[in-house]
Amino acid sequence: MLTAIFAILFYLAAAILLVGLALRIRLYAKTPAPLKIPTTPAPITRGGVVLRMAREVTLFESLFKSNKWTWAFGWVFHVSLAVVLFRHLRYFLQPVPEIVAIMQPVGVLAGFSMVAGLLALWGRRLVVERVRYITGPSDHLMLALLVMIGISGLSMKFVAHTDIVAVKAFFLGLMYFDWKPLPSDINLLVHLSLVLTLMIVFPFSKLLHAPGVFFSPTRNQADDSRERRYAPRGLLKPQAKA
Amino acid sequence: MAAVSSDFKPKERVVGDPIEIPQIACGAMAESKPFVAKADHNEKLGFPGELVDDWHDKAIFRLGELLDNNRALRVYLDSCVKCGACTDKCHYFMGTGDPKNMPVARQDLLRKVYRRHFTWAGKVVPWLVGAEDLTKEVLDDWYSYFHQCSQCRRCSVFCPYGIDTAEISMAARDIMDTIGLGQKYSNEIIGKVFNMGNNLGLPPKALKNTLESLEEEIEEETGVPVKLPLDVQGADILLVTPSADFFASPHMEGLIGYAKVLHEAGVSWTLSTYASEAANFGMFVGSQENMQKVAQRIAKAAKDLGVKRLVFGECGHAWRVAYSFLDTLAGPFDFLDPNYPVPQHICEFTNDLIEKGKLRFDKSKNDEFRLTFHDSCNVARASRMGDKPGGQFEIPRAILRATCNHFFDMAPETIHEKTLCCGGGGGLLTDELMDVRVKGAQPRMRALKEVADEHGVTHMAAICAICKAQFSKILPQYGFEMDGIVSVHQMVSNAILLTGSTQAEEFDAQHRPADATA
Repeated sequence: MLTAIFAILFYLAAAILLVGLALRIRLYAKTPAPLKIPTTPAPITRGGVVLRMAREVTLFESLFKSNKWTWAFGWVFHVSLAVVLFRHLRYFLQPVPEIVAIMQPVGVLAGFSMVAGLLALWGRRLVVERVRYITGPSDHLMLALLVMIGISGLSMKFVAHTDIVAVKAFFLGLMYFDWKPLPSDINLLVHLSLVLTLMIVFPFSKLLHAPGVFFSPTRNQADDSRERRYAPRGLLKPQAKA
Repeated sequence: MAAVSSDFKPKERVVGDPIEIPQIACGAMAESKPFVAKADHNEKLGFPGELVDDWHDKAIFRLGELLDNNRALRVYLDSCVKCGACTDKCHYFMGTGDPKNMPVARQDLLRKVYRRHFTWAGKVVPWLVGAEDLTKEVLDDWYSYFHQCSQCRRCSVFCPYGIDTAEISMAARDIMDTIGLGQKYSNEIIGKVFNMGNNLGLPPKALKNTLESLEEEIEEETGVPVKLPLDVQGADILLVTPSADFFASPHMEGLIGYAKVLHEAGVSWTLSTYASEAANFGMFVGSQENMQKVAQRIAKAAKDLGVKRLVFGECGHAWRVAYSFLDTLAGPFDFLDPNYPVPQHICEFTNDLIEKGKLRFDKSKNDEFRLTFHDSCNVARASRMGDKPGGQFEIPRAILRATCNHFFDMAPETIHEKTLCCGGGGGLLTDELMDVRVKGAQPRMRALKEVADEHGVTHMAAICAICKAQFSKILPQYGFEMDGIVSVHQMVSNAILLTGSTQAEEFDAQHRPADATA
């Protein structure tokens, strides 16, 4: 029963996440960008734009210019999250690739730094007057959700071990449509429920910043309006008769 | 509010960290509102004369249209995570402390309505995601705070997603125009451009007289018959410049500078009565249609006069529209000479000649000026000069260094891409907004005060008609001289040694004997 509920929920959540994101990305891609608006100085070639975007999404270049604390907390959280997600590949791949195996200890550390980064970001929302002003209920809830995912995950490693072999069997079973029983440990069920929640809210929340940044015209356009005529698809009205 | 405004004493606030973060003062600027446009101002631009009865539904409908036609708006309304990176970056926030002048809070005025009507979460759980209906109070806030944004894009430099508040405030102003709630200053001016060809409503005859008197003035000063040609068919270059250059100081001194440089270059050039305005307030009000109509005047003037090149005078947002948008809005410009950039900035033109050694200067003529340079926001963050990114910072400074002996930059966090708006950009350069203009200038005034104290800087040069007009008004309030703002080409004009001029003769007479003995 439990297995069936979670199995169905995971299919549902995965579908919502993937379809929701795909629709949103399609909408972003379909919406025309009528004018050239890169924030200058900007790269003057497409290659330069790729580099700018790469720096933006890996180093958080603009945030670094803004505020070193926010940058540090945010960067630590995101990098840790990436490492943690990478570590979790071991539950979905059989056999486990060597690099995933090697990364396991780092992944555990990243679990801690992820939670630490989140708590620091949360602290800013409470302590810094300006950030408190712009923070709404959903911002707190999102942080709470992520922190609890981290803590419930860590608890399975350090407080009450879960039968991870069975967990892996469950997820491989999901992927091959051959359901295997899910252990009924409370911290596992909490962890998975929270992850399901995150997957479902992703396409409807501020987490859309993840695909959004790639479509940001101030960052993804080249500064080449004098070199290359920019005439987006049939958007502008035909020129008035002189 | 009134109390807060009267408490603000610029002279007492001019010393301090330029980018000091203020205490939050909720509602401090809620009463700041520009005059509402009259019916005929709006109607001339294709907007309803006054607030329509079904304004709510029309506004939401228009927001939907804009979302479908502007990727920036759609992505930016979705992407903000409220990280706070922008919260201390707006000069109006720094000067007023009003939290709704924090870029993210300004955006949220529109974002909350977007969420309510265009997102699933905002429809189902509005309280959770900060979604709100568009009430009369919200519309009041829009009118107030979207007219406390100069669209300077400083916030967009620091946003991890590049969210540009200018795009949001342009959309909000477009929506307000669409429901008949236009801003008098900008809409009246756009109407004048359509009627008279320029923002000032200067008729062709007055323009002709002005140019002739400038010619006399230059000839009197230099002995060289420098011309300021108007509507000359078949000239090589069409110069399009802000109409303030025909009228105000220090703008006019800049125009004299362009004329001298163009004369010395030996090119044939002309101004146009039909396009006697570089500015394009269509951008400020966020109306792509009006921006395009204003831009097309320039293309038509260039075609009608049969010119080969297009050069723009010193104007910040005009250069943004020219550099970034003109080809899209009014192109293609394939009838112009492809060997030159289309369009070209007068600073690029002058700097090219300097680099080629074709201009001679007596820098000592500018020794009374100890200069700094104010990067105008639209030039700095929305355009380029020259071949390399950042040329818009280097080229004007190169001109100043070539023409003046004493040049000092302001603090690095207040120049180049991090430059601070003058406080009067984006359609705010109107008297009823003086309070927010003075307060918004505080960060720049503090940066100026620092170099004035450290290096004895006496003057600040700019390449924007709005910056020049704003600073002329604001400098005295902060205890500086009113004429402490100068045009970059004013410095060129002061120092240039025109071939055959009395200045050149004097200079050569003074320097020849020394050279001979050396």
